[in-house]
Amino acid sequence: MSLFKEELKIVNIGLKSFYEDLKRQGANVVHVDWKPPLGGSKALKILNDFNMLNIDVEAANKEAVERIMNSQPTLVGMGIARDVVPGMNDNMILHAGPPITWDRMCGPLKGAVIGGLIYEGKAKDEKEAIELIESGEIVFDPWHHHDGVGPMAGVATPSMPVFIIENKTYGIKSYCTMNEGLGKVLRYGANGPDVIEKLKWMEEVLYPVLKEAIELKGEINLKNLIAQAVQMGDECHNRNRAATSLFIREIAPAILDTSFSNKEKKEVIEFINSNDHFFLNLSMPAAKSATLAAEGIKGSTIVTVMARNGTDFGIRLAGLPGQWFVGPAQDVDGLYFPGFTKDDANPDIGDSTITETGGFGGFAMAGAPAIVKFVGGTVQEAIETTLKMYEITDAENNTYKIPFLNFRGTPTGLNVKKVVEKGILPRINTGIAHKEPGIGQVGAGLTYPPINIFIDALDAFVKTYLD
Amino acid sequence: MVYKLIKPNSYYDSVTLMLITEDIKKHDDVEEALVGMGTDTNKEFLRELGMIDEELEKTTPNDLLIVIKGNNINMDELENEVEKLLKAEAEEDEGEKFYPSLDSAVKKLNGANMAVISIAGEYAGFETRKALDHGLNVMLFSDNVPLETEIELKKYALEKGLLVMGPDCGTAIINGVPMAFSNVVKRGKIGIIAASGTGAQEVSSIISNLGCGISQLIGTGGRDVKKDVGGLMFLEGIRRLIEDDETDIIVLVSKPPYPEVVEKATELLKKSNKKHVVHFVNGVVEDPTITVGYTLEDTAIKAALLCQGKNIEKDIYTYFDFLESFDFESKVKEEVSKIKEGKYIRGLYSGGTLADETMVLLSKEIGPIYSPAPLDPKYKLENINLSKENTVVDMGEDEFTVGRPHPMIDFTMRKSRLIKEYLDKETAIIMVDVVLGWGSHMDPAGEIAEAVKTARETSENYRCVIANICGTYEDPQKYYEQKKKLEDEGIIVFPSNASAVKFAVNVWKELGR
Repeated sequence: MSLFKEELKIVNIGLKSFYEDLKRQGANVVHVDWKPPLGGSKALKILNDFNMLNIDVEAANKEAVERIMNSQPTLVGMGIARDVVPGMNDNMILHAGPPITWDRMCGPLKGAVIGGLIYEGKAKDEKEAIELIESGEIVFDPWHHHDGVGPMAGVATPSMPVFIIENKTYGIKSYCTMNEGLGKVLRYGANGPDVIEKLKWMEEVLYPVLKEAIELKGEINLKNLIAQAVQMGDECHNRNRAATSLFIREIAPAILDTSFSNKEKKEVIEFINSNDHFFLNLSMPAAKSATLAAEGIKGSTIVTVMARNGTDFGIRLAGLPGQWFVGPAQDVDGLYFPGFTKDDANPDIGDSTITETGGFGGFAMAGAPAIVKFVGGTVQEAIETTLKMYEITDAENNTYKIPFLNFRGTPTGLNVKKVVEKGILPRINTGIAHKEPGIGQVGAGLTYPPINIFIDALDAFVKTYLD
Repeated sequence: MVYKLIKPNSYYDSVTLMLITEDIKKHDDVEEALVGMGTDTNKEFLRELGMIDEELEKTTPNDLLIVIKGNNINMDELENEVEKLLKAEAEEDEGEKFYPSLDSAVKKLNGANMAVISIAGEYAGFETRKALDHGLNVMLFSDNVPLETEIELKKYALEKGLLVMGPDCGTAIINGVPMAFSNVVKRGKIGIIAASGTGAQEVSSIISNLGCGISQLIGTGGRDVKKDVGGLMFLEGIRRLIEDDETDIIVLVSKPPYPEVVEKATELLKKSNKKHVVHFVNGVVEDPTITVGYTLEDTAIKAALLCQGKNIEKDIYTYFDFLESFDFESKVKEEVSKIKEGKYIRGLYSGGTLADETMVLLSKEIGPIYSPAPLDPKYKLENINLSKENTVVDMGEDEFTVGRPHPMIDFTMRKSRLIKEYLDKETAIIMVDVVLGWGSHMDPAGEIAEAVKTARETSENYRCVIANICGTYEDPQKYYEQKKKLEDEGIIVFPSNASAVKFAVNVWKELGR
């Protein structure tokens, strides 16, 4: 009622000229660079219905985000997939992203599946592998249905070794294979003899050495490692150099104490040291174990999964457990290795978007200036990316902090309602796989999820919770 | 041949893109161009122009479309040009911090209490609701907001003790800050509630030029005073001004409100001990205890007199009773002597209320006036682009502004219409308004003068051109420089719309054709 007695403080939304005129008069004014909601009129209707819900979404989201942030992902051990991953069996191949059938799989995923069958000894070559798949004997299932994650194609077969991560706060476990390094690797769809040979070495040397080392060393608190790495210039999705180095510091003494030969110990340390992405396969399940803690919270619009299989991009919401909202995987805007162009690129693929979902990755871009060029941007853009992500998340992380932003916590708790309402999509840093099977990585860049999945998810949420 | 380029998920505001479209259209090879977002409106344009295909149909308001019709178009080149223009826009912003959403802006601007909202009407309701939830008053500039939304928002605002000015509200001055299309007026004791944008600009400007000042100017949007909304904000505005110790005189300006609104408004005024002047353009107030203004100019003058503690002694005042001397008689004769052919008046306005007032005042003196929105439906123009006998056109009407900025900002349409009317053998007199103030073009007189100059160079015959400057001496365009630009082209300039009409009537009568 006292408006006439107050100093006018104006928020201008729309025409910038109005803002400029107000500023020239010396008025106290800020300008909103407004965007229409995702999908325009359709979204508007959903948002209006959302306002009529009789549930306390805010409280539910608060709980979901607190569970994500209070989680303490810890590396507790290693095992063989068929023995430790819940629901895994001998005929099953796990993959990244939402569910997909063989006929709809993209090149790199097909390549990785074929490689996986050869690695398992179920097929001699590509031809045999395809015959086996077409016989219907092999079951494909998303990693996310088994509490785990897979980078890029994300293919895991029953005899592959996996890390076991435990969320100590909530007693939830998650899983991921070990990182193979760059270039011709299974996760990018390569499946030649050298790829299989390296996988075998990982199973026969890397796995037993690491497994024993972890047993000797004891549990490793990944939350602390990620927090330190973020302060050292990693966002723990496209840059894991600091985190990998920190991991070596933690594990190297224990490796030396193992019962293996010096040659084997040296090989293991050299392998980890030569692969800046080694920690990615720990940061991903760390994020997964945290977001798992939020799954099933009634009335929450917080996203618990973002994942792509190279054909589809899918998300899941805390308040709609078990449901996927799926749209086409998008092209990646990025830089290419020599000899490759965007014509070679497969659409966006992999579960690594779990890092963004967990409150780092692309969302922590402002803390990782070293890779801004690789993902096609400037330092200023990296900072703006993180600032923009605060718009669509509910909290600032209580552990992962960005020194450059005055140690502000990373944007955490992606809220599907905010994405739709503000028309701002989550930003995703990613690698680029060749679209043909068997070739591998061709570049890296950035991309966005398809618009419809957020609208569909919010629509389903409103329909589910409307009395 | 149609060329197209779709850039998904890249939003730019429509004014920026329309300006870029204009630049792109200047290319020789380009027949038709649309650089815009994939909104329903833009897709409708493309359909009409035969420039749409399936892929374009599927675009969303977040996708940038570049669609060009023409021959041998180099799309790469045009794309580069568009990017460059968009970048130029972005570079201007350097060092400025904009917020991606209302939420973060409110968080930053501690104690924010007002939102000026000018986004597409379809979305404006939702954003307004959010602003109200944040405890902000709202000046809702957008048009095309559904009526039910307006009613809901205003009821909700009243529950929360907040104002919603608009939708479709171009003018408001709160606590001395002019927003959107408003003039730089002195601060003072006169409070204005207006359901009419240019009406409010005319009244507040004249009050200020007479040396008095405005406490608050609350624009409500035209629909507020009609039956359905029932004057929710018009009446709230009056209540607020009655409570406000800084306001001594209350002025109401509106097109005729719904009778019940008039009744409630006059009741409020009568119960209060504050003085008032009420002016409903083309409307009457039956109550003899209500002080009535007969023109916008008369309303302003009466308010100023009351503010200065003087009595109202005349029925209708004109500007010339106070400010400037003007030798009507000889100036009329001089103009008449120069007009060799033509007999009709053509009014080309950017202000809706100014156009209405002109029609009201003219029709009393010279008979029916044709218009796209006439006082009497019998005189509706069949083709809005073709004048007939005496015609007055508000070029700010939706029919003229679809897909382009308001004629107070963009003079393209009015200039070409002015030249067309000037070349019409039947025209004797052309009337225009020149609206100054924030929001308006920074050189409106220059634009009008240029069109008159071109017309006079093209035509052998003289037409009398009359302009009303709606604005104050403090407006950013510099009143006297604007006046001189008009006078240098032989345009007869008046400081109020009513006085401009009076001169036009005198010339018309003296011509006697």
